[in-house]
Amino acid sequence: MSQATIDADSKPDPLGVGADHPDYLRADSGLRSWLLTKDHKRIALMFYVGVILFLGLGGTFALVLRTELLTPEQTFIDASTYNQMFTLHGITMVWLFMIPAIPTVFGNFVLPIMLGAKDLAFPRINLASFYVYVLSAIILLGAMLAGGADTGWTFYVPYSTTSPTAVTWMGIGIFVNGISSIMTSVNFIVTTHTMRAKGLSWHRMPLFVWASYATSIIILFATPVLGMSLVLLALDHAFGLSLFNPRYGGDPVLFQHLFWFYSHPAVYIMILPSFGVISEVVCSFSHNQPASYRAIAYSSLGIAFIGFFTWGHHMFVAGLSEFDAGVFGALSMFVAIFSAIKVFTWVATLRGGSISFATPMLYFLWFLFLFVFGGMTGVAVATQSLDVHWHDTYFVVAHFHFIMVGGTLTSFLAAAHYWFPKMFGRLYDERVGLLTSVAVFIGFVFTFLPQFLLGNGGMPRRYFTYPERYQWLNVLSTGGAWLLGAGLLLALGNLLIALKWGKRAGPNPWGSRSFEWITASPPSKHNFEETPEIERSAYDYTLSEEVARERAKAR
Amino acid sequence: MNELLRTLLFLPRQASTIAEEIDTLHYFVIIMTMGGALLVTLIGGYFLVRYRRTAVQKEPARRMPGTTPAIWLEVVVVVGLFGMFIAWWVIGFRQFMAIRIPPENALEIYVTGKQWMWKFAYPEGASSISTLYVPAGRPVKLVLTSRDVIHSFFVPDFRLKQDVLPGRLTTLWFEAKEPGRHDIFCTEYCGVSHSTMRGEVIALSPDEYERWLQGQSPGPAVAGPVDLRPSSVTEYAPPEPVSMVRQGERAAAEHGCLRCHTLDGTPHLGPTFAGLYGTMVPLEAGGNVKVDEAYITESMMDPLARIHAGYQRIMPSYLGQIRPAETSAIIELVKSLRDVRPKPGASEPWGTVTVPELREEGQ
Repeated sequence: MSQATIDADSKPDPLGVGADHPDYLRADSGLRSWLLTKDHKRIALMFYVGVILFLGLGGTFALVLRTELLTPEQTFIDASTYNQMFTLHGITMVWLFMIPAIPTVFGNFVLPIMLGAKDLAFPRINLASFYVYVLSAIILLGAMLAGGADTGWTFYVPYSTTSPTAVTWMGIGIFVNGISSIMTSVNFIVTTHTMRAKGLSWHRMPLFVWASYATSIIILFATPVLGMSLVLLALDHAFGLSLFNPRYGGDPVLFQHLFWFYSHPAVYIMILPSFGVISEVVCSFSHNQPASYRAIAYSSLGIAFIGFFTWGHHMFVAGLSEFDAGVFGALSMFVAIFSAIKVFTWVATLRGGSISFATPMLYFLWFLFLFVFGGMTGVAVATQSLDVHWHDTYFVVAHFHFIMVGGTLTSFLAAAHYWFPKMFGRLYDERVGLLTSVAVFIGFVFTFLPQFLLGNGGMPRRYFTYPERYQWLNVLSTGGAWLLGAGLLLALGNLLIALKWGKRAGPNPWGSRSFEWITASPPSKHNFEETPEIERSAYDYTLSEEVARERAKAR
Repeated sequence: MNELLRTLLFLPRQASTIAEEIDTLHYFVIIMTMGGALLVTLIGGYFLVRYRRTAVQKEPARRMPGTTPAIWLEVVVVVGLFGMFIAWWVIGFRQFMAIRIPPENALEIYVTGKQWMWKFAYPEGASSISTLYVPAGRPVKLVLTSRDVIHSFFVPDFRLKQDVLPGRLTTLWFEAKEPGRHDIFCTEYCGVSHSTMRGEVIALSPDEYERWLQGQSPGPAVAGPVDLRPSSVTEYAPPEPVSMVRQGERAAAEHGCLRCHTLDGTPHLGPTFAGLYGTMVPLEAGGNVKVDEAYITESMMDPLARIHAGYQRIMPSYLGQIRPAETSAIIELVKSLRDVRPKPGASEPWGTVTVPELREEGQ
């Protein structure tokens, strides 16, 4: 596999913009220069360390769960511990890994450079967002040590209000976490509106910016609702407010409405940034412009909008009226249509390209299968009569892990490999990268494909013990989970080794036309000395190398 | 074909009148999903190979940067896909309405969920715990509610599920095709013993159901399927006489005693039966009591009257739920375990579970 995959032969500006300045990693030194930095790139790296740690923690919880499920009866932990484990796995993965992962790491790092800006619009708010994230992580970790939670990540009342565990503090931790998300999304929205380079019109922007922008809008509108619901829950748990307690005239289903009004859009908060990553990866490696730029850009907005009106499909058997269930079911199918448009556009983009095959591209191939399968099973569970059987069984667990792990985690890994040269100036080992990617895929399929069958067979989720007839599928799933864990560790190891021993990357090792590749790798502290002048789109592969460079002038 | 797909997809038996129809939609949906995902991936993989860099360098005509594929193709694919989704929705919604609206002549049975058991009350006055007896071939409408947190009543063999909410009544109807036994699972997470909140539906022939209602235990004709392990630990209604200890085990399993009390001395929510009989136990209200026939009986009928110190006030009364013969059988069971040594820590309650205060409306 060749490392240099530049499409054209000419090698203009071999060091990239800003190469005559020290790069952002070396521009300042000392702990203070990191902890108090206002540089979006350094903040992104600090987030990177954070989300990787929490991926490890959430993954460890998952492996404990899967190992416990090897046998139908108790294997090595008791029921209370098991219930804690699946709750903490969910909370850690959703709020400390998946929601922040792509926006705060890759969004923070590349979004300003893509726009030709020196930083985000509010660098101090960006730094504050990191510390608020750390604070929320400390509160959540403290709550885990001081009693944990055994309610499931959904916190359904009335069970959660009576649980003896640290539900109140979990609620507060997630509330604080939401503030961090909101800070980042405000920053992205304002930056996209106000800090685009000269000539960089909306339809010339990289698609990752569109995806981040749509995500930010969802975060801005949905997160306050979650914050409010969790505060009410915490008040109920700590002081007996009883808003959701039927004994005092409260309504437990109200909580479900409030929770899913946030948490369904939250699914798109987790997956839309992945769409952005995939769009970048597909175009860069096939050296082709997207088959339809507008289709990809606008379908993100479509998903962001429609995503707010589908939450009821989580509640078909919770006592929703038939009419409501029908409407929510139909609306859910529109989301699938927007996603399908994206998938078709990506595949069509490959056609007529000149495709260099590297690890991110392999992750794209896995993403295609996992996301289409996960997405279509999503339409399947939005089909009411089928959902009655599948609801709260392992089928649903398998479905959302196909989207969340198969979609978000694979594109997180694609992004980690794709932008690795940009972030650290070095190339990872391509062969090891491809092998770990295969291990991740096989591990994933073995973990979650059997869970679809378990759900068909009727095994409910969150079961500590289960009838013996479900055992062999559970054993298969546990084996897959261990392979998946090993694959992830190897992928991480490969990147860590490349940090020190990887070959020098050069500014644009993939031959991409997107604007973040104009700068040196790693970029200098201020990315650009002057605001660049942009006269082409981020995907103009029809132009020759010189003309493309001429039309995206930067210094 | 139905049998083959059902087995391949690991679906349980189709024991209710609606199950087969739902499964047919299931097959259609799953085949399209599998096919769609594979097709898209294969097309993607084909493009990856055909337009790979080395091939394009050898044969530059393949490279067509910026060519947009025929827009009509995309429109056709998207509209076709949307049409298919809408078809799923139309069929699914019709089936959903059929599931949700019970026939006029349905037999009503009241279901109460509580942590962690199901109770069934029949209009004729009979009642049962964990085992729901229904007549086969006749629509049955369940009226469900919960005493504490949200539960969900799920019978995989019937393809039916309904959340059970406190302070609300929900309904679920079904018609079992023929006599047989079917698992009940709780599918809404409801606390530490959520996964043990299982039970079974036993569909009886109409005659036997009538006999059961009148207090006679049903005959042995109801056979469980081979692939189904009953949730209670013992066989059901053996025709030959069995010892009282065995009967006690069966009664204890049937009435859910073993959800909280163990037989082998493992600590759990209630005191273990192992080595309990004949000992002096401390009472919550102070003082001690000797565990004898009277105290065991009282604990079944009015558990909160004199409760073992340290255990939570969560046990329901079995007064009127349990037949006198079963009471004696359970006492015999406890007696038979007097020499089993409890495991260390068994005199302590298990875990740190706190159960919500009981809502004993109208009691």
